[in-house]
Amino acid sequence: MFTHTHGSESNTADEVIRCEKLTKRYTDGNILAVNQLDLSVYHGEIFGLLGPNGAGKTTTVGMLTTLVIPTGGKAVVAGVDVVAQPALVKQMIGVVAQTNNLDRALNVWENLYYHGRFFGMSAREARAAADESLVRFRLAERAKADVMAISGGMAKRLMVARALLHHPSVLFLDEPTAGLDPQARIALWEILDKLHAGGQTILLTTHYMEEADSLCDRLAIMDHGHLLAMDTPKNLKESVGADSIVTVSATGDLDALARLLQERVEGATKSRRLDSTVQLHVKGTTGVLPKVVTAAEQGGYSITDLSIAEPTLETVFISLTGKELRE
Amino acid sequence: MATASPSSVPLTRPIRSPGAATRIAFGALLLRDLTVLRKNLGIFVARTIIQPFLLVFVFLFVFPKIGQGIGGGSGLAGESAFAAVLVSGVVGLSIMFQGIQAVALPLANEFGYTKEIEDRVLAPLPVALVAVGKVLAGAIQGLIAAAIVFPIAYAIHAKGVEVQLSVHWPLLITLIPLTSIMTSSLGLVLGTRIQPRNIGMMFGFIVLPITFLGGTYYPWTTLAAIKVGGFPWLQALVCVNPLIYVTEGFRAALTTEAHMPLYVIYPVLVGFCALFLWLGVRGFYRRVLS
Repeated sequence: MFTHTHGSESNTADEVIRCEKLTKRYTDGNILAVNQLDLSVYHGEIFGLLGPNGAGKTTTVGMLTTLVIPTGGKAVVAGVDVVAQPALVKQMIGVVAQTNNLDRALNVWENLYYHGRFFGMSAREARAAADESLVRFRLAERAKADVMAISGGMAKRLMVARALLHHPSVLFLDEPTAGLDPQARIALWEILDKLHAGGQTILLTTHYMEEADSLCDRLAIMDHGHLLAMDTPKNLKESVGADSIVTVSATGDLDALARLLQERVEGATKSRRLDSTVQLHVKGTTGVLPKVVTAAEQGGYSITDLSIAEPTLETVFISLTGKELRE
Repeated sequence: MATASPSSVPLTRPIRSPGAATRIAFGALLLRDLTVLRKNLGIFVARTIIQPFLLVFVFLFVFPKIGQGIGGGSGLAGESAFAAVLVSGVVGLSIMFQGIQAVALPLANEFGYTKEIEDRVLAPLPVALVAVGKVLAGAIQGLIAAAIVFPIAYAIHAKGVEVQLSVHWPLLITLIPLTSIMTSSLGLVLGTRIQPRNIGMMFGFIVLPITFLGGTYYPWTTLAAIKVGGFPWLQALVCVNPLIYVTEGFRAALTTEAHMPLYVIYPVLVGFCALFLWLGVRGFYRRVLS
């Protein structure tokens, strides 16, 4: 669907976002939402923050977009310190929130027009920019519509259009495809892909593995406020150190089964018991499944389900946290 | 859309100084609020007129017609004296209502689940000024309300009742903006401190007491007659009500009736302005930042 070069060529390019030990502790409930996050995002890349709900992704975006005040560390966006000069940072960023935060007192076109005016466009410039943007994001027919009357996919496109209207140096999207139907999701992916091709720096958060894998140049995997890993999707998947992942459902003591399979199956590098399955990492793919079946049956287990797959970001997440990243 | 025309090149550094960006964004926020006002002008005018119209209609038209005792029961002369008291009270009350409604009610929506205020909070200016912009837009609605209500309050009354106003212009032209800003600042306090789902209760528990104990229907000076053990308790109690200074101020500006001293009215109104703005901006911060 998308072809990206998941290379490291961007590492030498300009840093658009830099976090140093960025921390947020909410006094309300004393929750450490983000803990000492170090992060760099470079010009022109799509960078993904991947993790389950509560990982600290939204809080991180909040801090980078001046809406959440860090309690420690430092963040610089487009060369401007977000804590010291929030109003200046706001000139440089475009933000697409998770919820539909369109201005309901204004229609579709006016949402764009007034956004342009906020950012210093003259009436003529803002009119032209709004008109052009509506065409570009296929919203022109609904220009006069009430923003509550358009579909969820259209609303999201309008929010992206609005966030881009003032040509931000970095576009933030918080869970951009959450709650969208599959078609709208693909349409948004295409939009982001084209923006990426045009050189737009993008930081997005997601808990969809597939989205992170196909869309992002680099990823930061987060859980409980911590950064667990940061690399290209390809490198992350290779870091698992296995060619295939076998998932076994069986009756009986699954912990013992996990140990048994790791001992008996040739090429097994790691095994782990998940909730109701056992996961086995294997080097080499030929004849793996028969070996697993034989080993399990010799151990007195009866297999109820068996599957084999290449490592995914899900595997990476499980390797890092010992738990599944459920949608 | 992938074609990167020169106009779509992303910024690499801020294009405006913080001061210039702030000035421009502040103006645009006001423009946005005034556009919304213009779109809803019919509702705005109706909302502004309905209460003062009913008040003067009942008190200055219906009551004299049906011989209901009012104005100390001294016939048409008493009615006329009461008319002057009421008209100044109604002007003050209308500004108060408008200020609160113009700021608190929209904020309840904008802070709601979707946080639609967020795009304005992300405009390139300090967050405090987004709140101040709300107050200013509310104050402008207060000014318009005063201009609409005044002729109505003046014109509607029964035959024989005379609304004798004596306008003190310097007072009037300073009080109208001052009270407009004070009341829309109060609107900011209410809009930021009350949970959006509880905003309906605001009218019952805050607006209603303010209205009835705010000197709309009686001059503050006359409350001295209500005493317990020689202490004019009601007169003292209503001093916490900001509306009393508004209505007394308009009484001073529009009538020759006795009123609270001006050297009390002005400083207290300015003090309420400062207090409400401070509380409101802090409340706004708390709502939009975490």
